Amino acid sequence: MKKTGAQILCESLIKEGVEVIFGILGGAVLPLYDTFPQYPQLRHILVRHEQGAAHAADGYARATHKAGVCVATSGPGATNLVTGIACAYMDSAPMIAITGQVARPVIGKDAFQETDITGITIPITKHNYLVTDVAELAKTVKEAFHIAQTGRPGPVLIDIPRDVQQEQTDFVYPDKIDLPGYKVISRGHPAQIKKAAKLINEAEQPVIIAGRGIIISQAYDEFKEFAEKAQLPVAHTLLGLGSFPGNHILDLGMMGMHGTGCANMAVQNADLLIAIGMRFDDRATANTTEFAPNARIIHIDIDPAEIGKNVPVDIPVVGDIKSVLTALNKEIERREHVDWLSQIEQWRYEYPSLEIRQSDELLPQYIIHQIYEATQGNALVVTGVGQNQMFAARYFTYTKPNSFISAGGLAPMGFELPAAMGVKIGRPEELVWCVAGDGGFQMTIQELATITQENIAVKIAIMNNGYLGMVRQWQELFYGRRYVDTKLWNPDFIKIAEAYDISGVRVKHREEVIPAIQKAMESPGAFLIDFLIEPEENIYPIVPPGESLARFFEPSRTELWGEKF
Amino acid sequence: MTDTKHTLVALVEDKPGVLNRVASLFRRRSFNIESLAVGGSEHPGLSRMTIVAIGDSAQVEQVRKQLEKLINVVKVSDITEEDMVTRELALIKVKATASTRSEIMQIVNIFRANIVDVSPGSLTVEVTGDEGKVNSLLGLLRDFGVKEVSRTGRIALTRGSSS
Repeated sequence: MKKTGAQILCESLIKEGVEVIFGILGGAVLPLYDTFPQYPQLRHILVRHEQGAAHAADGYARATHKAGVCVATSGPGATNLVTGIACAYMDSAPMIAITGQVARPVIGKDAFQETDITGITIPITKHNYLVTDVAELAKTVKEAFHIAQTGRPGPVLIDIPRDVQQEQTDFVYPDKIDLPGYKVISRGHPAQIKKAAKLINEAEQPVIIAGRGIIISQAYDEFKEFAEKAQLPVAHTLLGLGSFPGNHILDLGMMGMHGTGCANMAVQNADLLIAIGMRFDDRATANTTEFAPNARIIHIDIDPAEIGKNVPVDIPVVGDIKSVLTALNKEIERREHVDWLSQIEQWRYEYPSLEIRQSDELLPQYIIHQIYEATQGNALVVTGVGQNQMFAARYFTYTKPNSFISAGGLAPMGFELPAAMGVKIGRPEELVWCVAGDGGFQMTIQELATITQENIAVKIAIMNNGYLGMVRQWQELFYGRRYVDTKLWNPDFIKIAEAYDISGVRVKHREEVIPAIQKAMESPGAFLIDFLIEPEENIYPIVPPGESLARFFEPSRTELWGEKF
Repeated sequence: MTDTKHTLVALVEDKPGVLNRVASLFRRRSFNIESLAVGGSEHPGLSRMTIVAIGDSAQVEQVRKQLEKLINVVKVSDITEEDMVTRELALIKVKATASTRSEIMQIVNIFRANIVDVSPGSLTVEVTGDEGKVNSLLGLLRDFGVKEVSRTGRIALTRGSSS
């Protein structure tokens, strides 16, 4: 029986296990939307802006390890997806972005709402397609999901002209894929694994750098066994939080520009770094020429192009992390590293990175810590970008696998709210906290309507300091305290929430924090807390730009605690 | 490390937009292409690209791996260190008068090049060879006045029976 392109697309999505689509319609996807009622098993979430659709699909993907699907119309719909696609690409999240395109006869004629979205997205997708023949559609969807979800995951865009959605053909979903240029190396080379194990067995001052690859590979158990067996302390990249229990004795927390003193000192003084599923991002390594000067480096990653890209590596192991760690666990010896671990404990004591200073003001560190206390870590935390993100990364202890969802690479402000929607829809049984800044929140604030329309019970905590906080901190520290255009006039967020039919409270004082968090968690639906925090609170430690990881600075205990210490 | 010329040979799927993907990758990662030649290969549906890129070995290895990540790129080899045959084709339109024509034709003969078009004021020369040969001929013809040049860029295969 012949089916239309739109029907073929829906049935192909169902074959790929898709349950949810985030999107917003327009002329070039009308034939697709017209067929949605025939497929009630596909839940469509109507967002208010395409950027919201892309971030929601991204959040869904990170939370579920399945490709998130977003849909937009041609032209402005497609270009509005771009930020979200670029974000998923930088953080290796599987995504299928489906865009309508103008009808084939007018492609290239600068038709109404025509944009070359495949051209635009070449550098920010793992692959993309313009489907010009309906007979190619099912095969294209099959390939797209395979590419998006295997190897190093990433976004794939499928651009479908309106008339292809309407054209009919026989529907056969292929069972085989023929992609001669696409190879996934899943198992690490045994000789490389042996070499890596030898270095690990010989190391006296080893440190693991744990990246998001461990989470993508869902290698939590293998990773824990690995770290524990050889007593290897674990520093995290931002996106590596949630790959290892944050309350474990071997856990050093986050390294990098705003990493803990202990993690940064351990990395800089290591004789061996075991970098797992990370890409030596400049925010993690700081100055690469002075990075870990005495360390040999083992780099385990599924993407061969990451090896040696930013930092020279001694032993590369290319493969899926779960498979590589399983093999490595058989090769490594039990070690204790007593001296090294006691040196690390010394740094942990010496650098009070996790301590919260004494203050009558409402401090974001305290708020985040209280959310941790109230949830006991049993929540998924989705963050915005900037200070709120760093506070959330540092003052919540991520004990639950994959419980920290944040945009690390592209780092677009406004990620938090739509991504939290996607996370909650993907994992409805989980408590989802959305930690926002007052600046970023206003970049995708329109999704409050989606939250109400679709009854998505996310708990929103705005760290409202009346500034673009991270930029203000940089102006304070590196631009002579000249606060150029970082002060924000803000609307009344509680009234905004009310207008969207969402309950909320404003918190000005420390003693109101715990009751507000409790109220949010007891409330059955979405809830917003507007925390009016100390406006000029900084995130410390900080490694000044261009400096080495060891050159971080932070207030001393005396400064944190005054005379009492 | 020093910048040198590297010859990359890529087998790519013969599909729309592949050249754009390859060129876009060089631009995005700030790699320099000196020349890029593309045409059919021995495999139906696959084209062979010869790319001459300038950079140090680590940069070129990075671009090679990035190219391999493109879904439409089947295989990429850096054959710079290998024994290879390289050729380039150039068409050179040179000013020629009754008094210079025979001298030009002598030079062309020495280079085993061909005259492919003759007009009252010019000759068009076709030359095949490695870049050195093409550059030498071009240098000699410049004295007569070169009006137009079109070069294909390098194409290359490794010597011997291995593929």
